[in-house]
Amino acid sequence: MSLGLKIVHYVNQLFGGIGGEEKANVGPQVKDGVVGPGKATQDALKGRGEVVATVICGDNYFAEKTKEASEEVLRLLTPYKPDVVIAGPAFNAGRYGVACGEVCKVVQEKLGIPAVTGMYEENPGVDLYKKDVYVVRTSDSAIGMTQAISSMVRIALKLAAKEKIGKPAEEGYFPRGIIKTETSPKTATERAVDMLLAKLKGQSFESELTLPKFERIKPAPAIRNLSSAKIALVTDGGLVPKGNPDKLESRRATKFGSYSIKGLDTLSSKEYEAHHVGYDITFTNQDPNRMLPLDVMRDLEREGVIGKVHETFYTLAGVATPLADCKRLGQGIAEQLKAEGVAGVILTST
Amino acid sequence: MVGSSRIIPGSGIVHPVGNADLDPEAEKALRRAIVEKALEALQTELQEQKVFSPPK
Repeated sequence: MSLGLKIVHYVNQLFGGIGGEEKANVGPQVKDGVVGPGKATQDALKGRGEVVATVICGDNYFAEKTKEASEEVLRLLTPYKPDVVIAGPAFNAGRYGVACGEVCKVVQEKLGIPAVTGMYEENPGVDLYKKDVYVVRTSDSAIGMTQAISSMVRIALKLAAKEKIGKPAEEGYFPRGIIKTETSPKTATERAVDMLLAKLKGQSFESELTLPKFERIKPAPAIRNLSSAKIALVTDGGLVPKGNPDKLESRRATKFGSYSIKGLDTLSSKEYEAHHVGYDITFTNQDPNRMLPLDVMRDLEREGVIGKVHETFYTLAGVATPLADCKRLGQGIAEQLKAEGVAGVILTST
Repeated sequence: MVGSSRIIPGSGIVHPVGNADLDPEAEKALRRAIVEKALEALQTELQEQKVFSPPK
């Protein structure tokens, strides 16, 4: 018996030796000791630990009954009291990748046991779980098994020993969106020039800042009949009813506000104000129509140029908000606008 | 305004549809011109993002 770490391994029906797609519906089961890739794990541990059990579950079963499956997996592995859980690697198998990610996540959250998995970069499990768990970068097929297991075991040992995990590129896992402060003997200017020189020479360099990827959005079709169209007003200028009743953030918005403008001809500075740290709000607070043009929209409505001004306006402070939150909030507003039969939106932005 | 398909340049960061230097009547006329431009943009069929010229 090894006195080292106790590891439980999670694999699917294929790697667990139960069968191929025809067995993808089998539910979770546990076997003592090593099964399938657990052998490579055991080798990579070099006596520092032992794979005490292997939990196996069919990919379709996990995908179709995710909640039940993850609960059963937890129930099966808990008695083994693992120090760390290793799942996969799943390579480019999508359902398997999602199952591995989910197993690692619930093991960490529900049992407080660290976990690590491995996947190919295009596996959908990467984007779903890379923030929650360490997902090691692997090849797209089992050809890369030894390499994948080696990285997973290295991280697993460090996690179990509560040692510092190095940077994603050094340790071979997908970036988790975590920014850590570190000191450098060189100033930012020197580092930037070093990177530029490396780039000019065609050498590799690692940027300290990963830029978000912006999607291309296909423009919505044009409005054909403006005189019968309902037009909504939306703003990222942080305009709210005075006193900010819903306590919308003035930066890094996590929620948006929706407020009725039914029956209002104009926005009064007595009733509306801006909460936003990204621009000088003096002018908006003097006349909120400078941010949300309700007065002229009412004129256009009366003149029959537009059908109707939508009776609710949507608002948040658009400043320093991470892209993922922007997307979530934007989709939330858009869903409501669609449900409310809005044909077009004028979105004013600072 | 990354991702916006129809963009109208506003009248400044601090008051996209206003201008505190103008008298109230001229300011409202400016606001209306910008909004009318936005309505024109909403009625324009597009295949990709377009930045419309601001109202004169």
